[in-house]
Amino acid sequence: MKTDSLFRFILFLSGALLLVLLGAVFLTLFFSSIPSIKSFGFLFVFGKDWNPISKEFGALPFLIGTFLTSTAALLFSLPFSLAISILLGEYLSNPFFSAVFKSVIELLAGIPSVIYGFWGLFVLVPVVRWLELKIHVLPYGVGIFTASLVLSIMIIPYSAFLAIEILKLVPPEIKEAAYSLGATRYEVVKKVALPYSYSGIFGGILLAYGRALGETMAVTMVIGNSDFLPKSLFSPGNTIASVIANEFTEAAGRLHLSSLIELGLILFVLTAVTNILGDLIVKKMSFQES
Amino acid sequence: MKRIFTTIFIGFLGLNLTACSFMKSKSEVKTTSPAPLKTAAVQPPSNTVTLLGAGSTFGYPLYSKMFQAYYKKRGVKVNYEPIGSGGGQRQLFNKTVDFGASDVYLTSAQMKKTKDSILNMPTCMGAVAVTYNLPGNPVLKFTPQILAGIFLGTIKKWNNPAIEKVNKGIHLPDLPIMTVHRTDGSGDTGIFTSYLAKVSASWKKKVGHGLAVSWPNGLGAKGNAGVAGLIEKTPGSIGYITLIYALQNHMSYGLVMNSHKEFIKPTLKSISLAGNVKLPPDTRILVTNSNVPGAYPISGFTWLLFYKNQKYQGRTKQRAKELVKLLWWMLHKGQKFTKPMDYAPLPPKAVKLDEKILKSVTFGVKPLLK
Repeated sequence: MKTDSLFRFILFLSGALLLVLLGAVFLTLFFSSIPSIKSFGFLFVFGKDWNPISKEFGALPFLIGTFLTSTAALLFSLPFSLAISILLGEYLSNPFFSAVFKSVIELLAGIPSVIYGFWGLFVLVPVVRWLELKIHVLPYGVGIFTASLVLSIMIIPYSAFLAIEILKLVPPEIKEAAYSLGATRYEVVKKVALPYSYSGIFGGILLAYGRALGETMAVTMVIGNSDFLPKSLFSPGNTIASVIANEFTEAAGRLHLSSLIELGLILFVLTAVTNILGDLIVKKMSFQES
Repeated sequence: MKRIFTTIFIGFLGLNLTACSFMKSKSEVKTTSPAPLKTAAVQPPSNTVTLLGAGSTFGYPLYSKMFQAYYKKRGVKVNYEPIGSGGGQRQLFNKTVDFGASDVYLTSAQMKKTKDSILNMPTCMGAVAVTYNLPGNPVLKFTPQILAGIFLGTIKKWNNPAIEKVNKGIHLPDLPIMTVHRTDGSGDTGIFTSYLAKVSASWKKKVGHGLAVSWPNGLGAKGNAGVAGLIEKTPGSIGYITLIYALQNHMSYGLVMNSHKEFIKPTLKSISLAGNVKLPPDTRILVTNSNVPGAYPISGFTWLLFYKNQKYQGRTKQRAKELVKLLWWMLHKGQKFTKPMDYAPLPPKAVKLDEKILKSVTFGVKPLLK
């Protein structure tokens, strides 16, 4: 009995510790960004300048950079992650092959992001530069476009894996009914499986999006790290995460530091909201099944 | 809260360093590479004081070499953390170190931030080289107008007439120019932008100068290594890096026109010459675009910062004395380490001034040096 209550206590303690940690991180970010909140207020989000000399700090270039890279990455990765999940969920019935495919996807998710960054820098950047020379834009090679490409590969496993699980939740009776009515595989996928799983797949996409928003290392290596508003998809830019990685260690001045921390706070809230939304949608989907 | 993080961070660094030096002593490798902490393989005269310093990454290789030699001789350990000039200044203000190291002197506004007066003491000189990636790696000449034009974005191509005019006989390709700058606050950026602000009115107005500025265009990269790597990978790019880094990595760099209209290659001699100007008594001067003939114009001092009155936060007199002794040694015997490591030694005028500054350091009201 005594060990039982002790065990219970330890479990509760660990759980509570996690909650306290999350709250503490939020509070630390909030209190450290007070100087910046005080000087710029709500306009921080719309400020276009990031100037350590005139001490004007605005988050707009980084917010746009973050949204551009993550959204583009999502669009690039969507066809692939959908195709992979349909392949594994519907077409590959051989358990051996689907196991191999699955572990490959897991492996992709497990590769450290710095390696994606290296690969991007050495392989993708020259390719993008060649492309940029062809279409006559400044051939930086690095930039928002390159960062989006790297990100899209990094998030495929996240959206694909969830989509596979969700496609599996489609009740076999419905599919069998469709087949018995003479539907082809394509028709079953298009008219039965996909409509049934839309919201779940969307939730998975949101989770992948949350991951893309905060990705730091790989993005920093290929995005070009410029603090001005990006003019096009090919221009260099910065995301919230990459500007923090670049400038935090050597930020001179309290306001600069505090502005960087406020950027961190914004990222924290953004990722939290996307993750919670994604989770909610996926959970709702699974509950419907059970 | 912040202090706790800093302590933890420094604790980690300390652990790493101890681990490294432990491994070195174990494998009995004689190495010339900088290692601020040495295990007691050779038993030096025992001394309990360990001085703490932090700041400039630019000065780090030299300082750790100096401190290593000093430890062998006097038995005083100096633990130096290369966290960057901005960080060095912050740690000095927080009084967590005995001295900070910075590639820029403290501004008057910064000096006013604390009641206690802080002294700036130059220790050696360095320069920023202009490096680029062009087919054939030609040695290019740059005028101030060209450099300002390139970094402002008004000169867009390598075969611009302004560049061709001073580089006759060199084939310049029809390639767009892409600039690369440092994203982390850095003394190199400080020196380079101070030069541009001195030679170009529109640079001064549009951008200004400082450890980190708002660049009008181009790519950013972290640290000298980051900038060098990006330039190496981007044909047609141009950027600035510490000369030492360029020398040690055998990178090509350009000649820059000084105020006497001479095209000067950055060498230890031409850098030291840049500092041979009339210095203000507090040494707070940027010697970029120096008016000395033969001087390389993008040169500068690097400073150590410390409190004038060493009696603060319960420091012992012994500690204060050891600090002043160390600094005195760095100005004299320590200078011999500069040249072999590609740093430019202090010009005699600067040493004289530094001596005066050190003599003004007190413990309470009493000066620490005779």
